[in-house]
Amino acid sequence: MHTKGYLVLENGQIFSGNIFGAHKKTFGELIFNTSMTGYQEITYDPSYKGQIVVMTYPLIGNYGTNKEDVESYKIHLEGFVVKELSKNPSNWQADISLEELFKKNNVTGIENIDTRKLTLILREQGALKAGIFPADENNFKNMIQETINSPSIVGKDIVKKVIKKEPYWWSKTGKYKVLVIDCGVKYNILQLLAKQNFAVRVIPADYPYQEIIKEKPDGILISNGPGDPQPLDYLVQTLSNLIERYPVFGICLGQQILGMVFGGKIYKLKFGHHGANHPTKTLKTGKIDITVQNHGFCVDINSLKDPNCEITHINLNDGTMEGFRHKKYPAFSVQFHPEASPGPHDANYIFNEFWTMICQKEKT
Amino acid sequence: MPKRKDINRILLIGSGPIIIGQACEFDYSGSQACKALREEGYKVILINSNPATIMTDPEMADITYIEPLIPEVVAGIIKKEKPDALLPTMGGQTALNLTVKLSQMGVLTKYKVHLIGANINAIKKAEDRQLFKSAMIDIGLNVPKSGVAYTLEESLKISSEIGFPIILRPSFTLGGTGGAIVYNIDELKESISKAFDLSLNHEILLEQSVIGWKEFELEVMRDKKDNVVIICSIENFDPMGIHTGDSITVAPAQTLTDKEYQNMRDAAIKIIREVGVETGGSNIQFAINPQNGEMVVIEMNPRVSRSSALASKATGFPIAKIAAKLAIGYTLDEIPNDITKKTPACFEPTIDYCVVKIPKFNFEKFPKSKPCLNTSMKSVGEIMSIGRTFKEALQKGIRSLESGYCGLEEKKLNMELESGLKNPIPERLFYIREAFKKGYSINKIYQITFIDPWFLYNLKEIFDTEIEIQKYKNSEIPMELFKKAKEYGFSDKHIAKILGQKEENIYNLRKKYNIKVEYKMVDTCAGEFEAQTPYYYSTYEQNSIIEETK
Repeated sequence: MHTKGYLVLENGQIFSGNIFGAHKKTFGELIFNTSMTGYQEITYDPSYKGQIVVMTYPLIGNYGTNKEDVESYKIHLEGFVVKELSKNPSNWQADISLEELFKKNNVTGIENIDTRKLTLILREQGALKAGIFPADENNFKNMIQETINSPSIVGKDIVKKVIKKEPYWWSKTGKYKVLVIDCGVKYNILQLLAKQNFAVRVIPADYPYQEIIKEKPDGILISNGPGDPQPLDYLVQTLSNLIERYPVFGICLGQQILGMVFGGKIYKLKFGHHGANHPTKTLKTGKIDITVQNHGFCVDINSLKDPNCEITHINLNDGTMEGFRHKKYPAFSVQFHPEASPGPHDANYIFNEFWTMICQKEKT
Repeated sequence: MPKRKDINRILLIGSGPIIIGQACEFDYSGSQACKALREEGYKVILINSNPATIMTDPEMADITYIEPLIPEVVAGIIKKEKPDALLPTMGGQTALNLTVKLSQMGVLTKYKVHLIGANINAIKKAEDRQLFKSAMIDIGLNVPKSGVAYTLEESLKISSEIGFPIILRPSFTLGGTGGAIVYNIDELKESISKAFDLSLNHEILLEQSVIGWKEFELEVMRDKKDNVVIICSIENFDPMGIHTGDSITVAPAQTLTDKEYQNMRDAAIKIIREVGVETGGSNIQFAINPQNGEMVVIEMNPRVSRSSALASKATGFPIAKIAAKLAIGYTLDEIPNDITKKTPACFEPTIDYCVVKIPKFNFEKFPKSKPCLNTSMKSVGEIMSIGRTFKEALQKGIRSLESGYCGLEEKKLNMELESGLKNPIPERLFYIREAFKKGYSINKIYQITFIDPWFLYNLKEIFDTEIEIQKYKNSEIPMELFKKAKEYGFSDKHIAKILGQKEENIYNLRKKYNIKVEYKMVDTCAGEFEAQTPYYYSTYEQNSIIEETK
């Protein structure tokens, strides 16, 4: 049997539903994701650290969870909000249900929520702080106060909460060695690099510059990760030193860090981009890719004043910056997720571009 | 890219009389195309033999011909009207076939008529089974495996490559005589000699059977800059073996992991490029082996179809209208999203509800046709329903059939339960309900029907709720249960029937509990952007919000 519970918003609105997974309260920044498939990958994505995710698609858990579709070593999001959780998943790959996965990972979810109503609130008011409470608590006033007092993700370094402390090899063989600066990297980034014939070594975000040099990489990838990039000045510092020496490729948070290296300003989007249907235009060719996105912060497209910075991609929905490159250094980045997982593979080719960039650097 | 200036007059071919398999969906697409083309300033010349359509209304096209849809007549109209272009993809199979004939007759070349939307090669590649099959193999996609055998030894060898079950099709027999499905080597040996005897040239096609596999469709659009988007995924409730037009179908796909879905999406994009549909929409069908996820391509329609009409209404993305605009040279990013107005049509709709299509049959009027479903279409129409859950959409749908059902209710069944489940008959839903009543497990029903357990489980939840409601024959049904029943799509009438009460009493109780219907939007984007011209569906969502002030 499921226990009742509440989803409490910092603006004082409360939704009642049923708790699943861990029977404990949880807090986070509430955002919505519009992907219709890929809930398992979403729950494992380290970029959702500090956030409670609302799925706009109402039927979640239909195909269960399996051992292959994992994007990191555990579930990172703080809570999960759905309309209807499937109790009886069906798929040949299914191992355990989403509910069981949440229990195993000690993560709280809530179902039977009017996720459409909730999404419209977030669209109007922007991302809000929220808490999920099992119904043994019933003092709404206290719950709202607790939610308001819960930590905000703005201005905090939460990258350190999701990364492995020690460097490790993902794959030792490959033509070139790429160092992945782990800010909360998704496994599929590592997989696609390996597939591209890179030897892949993962290092923590706060790995010192001197140690990086000793690794003798052929290229650097700065990964996706959770939260606000602005407190990550140590990363901006490291990367500023690296761009002169190595080809650099940034993904998502990686783009924000690279943007800051070149003087770009960061701002917080109202409710972010979280979904698998974002049209992104490659300015050079006019070609449009349907991309996967997951970010609440973004580099202001007008703030990249450095004449060597060239905007390469924009989002067709709202005109925000989706990618840029540096004309002098071999460095480029994208705000979307070329590794997909979940979502369309349209932008997988970006990994080729990184490969090509390293090949060219090799020749010079 | 701006619209084409080298063409001015566009010929549009309708689909002719309403027949099974080709009905008002093509009136819908043709009308949309007329409007879209005229909006852009083109002159539209329309030919359709069916005057009882919207598209032949006087204000739709500039010039309308109500003439037989035969090549000679259309050739005459082309000679007289001198259109610059022909859009063949709006009038179903009829229009495509006519176009191929006109091309073969040399009419299109003679009068310099450009084909827009799909060219002859693309039509041929998609329509000719052999060409399509080899095109799929060329791009590394799987199709049902097959081989031709002349001896028992050859057929045994082929069978070991294909794997059982296998469909045997003797060549050159009338109406598929001697065709059989065999499940093992013994059965193969038993059937094969008979099949060889029946075949005039002693030739048999052995084909991998995908009967019982899960069936899916993707609606794909492409523009002339090669941007490709998927508008909608559709999963068939009924497995392979029943024509899609006769299947209950559901949008979006429900039981595919993201990896499986993306794999299918990648395949669809490859296919539309390989077949060469330059602009517009296509419908591509796939089958998936429920045991191991193996995917095969079944077929492709290089035109708007019954499914694209469904997908348009299911998502709010008007496929025929956009296809017409792409045909005259626009690209997807130049066309605004019809509903948000502010974001472009170059995106993939995401929905926050579940859509169910249920076919409607009329076997009383076709006494020679057995009410049993197979690979040729028999339904005369269909309903579409939207709900926040599959259960709600399904029960709304059952009511909308106007066949006298108020939901997945108790119904007098004419057949033995097992045969009702085994033979895909139109009322199979009610046999499944009966099976639950008799205590069949989901797995047992699956073994008989091959309907995915996820769907069966949802039907079971509806049935279990009915049983729960039954407990309150002599007392008031509690509010929580009432709410749940409404969310599962139970009508007041259905609840009243279960309880042996008057509908009015149930309605009054619902009023007392303040359980009200609400209306939610179809907006293409799951609420992410504001909608300017949305439409609505009714739903019961538990009033889960409790307003509190700080």
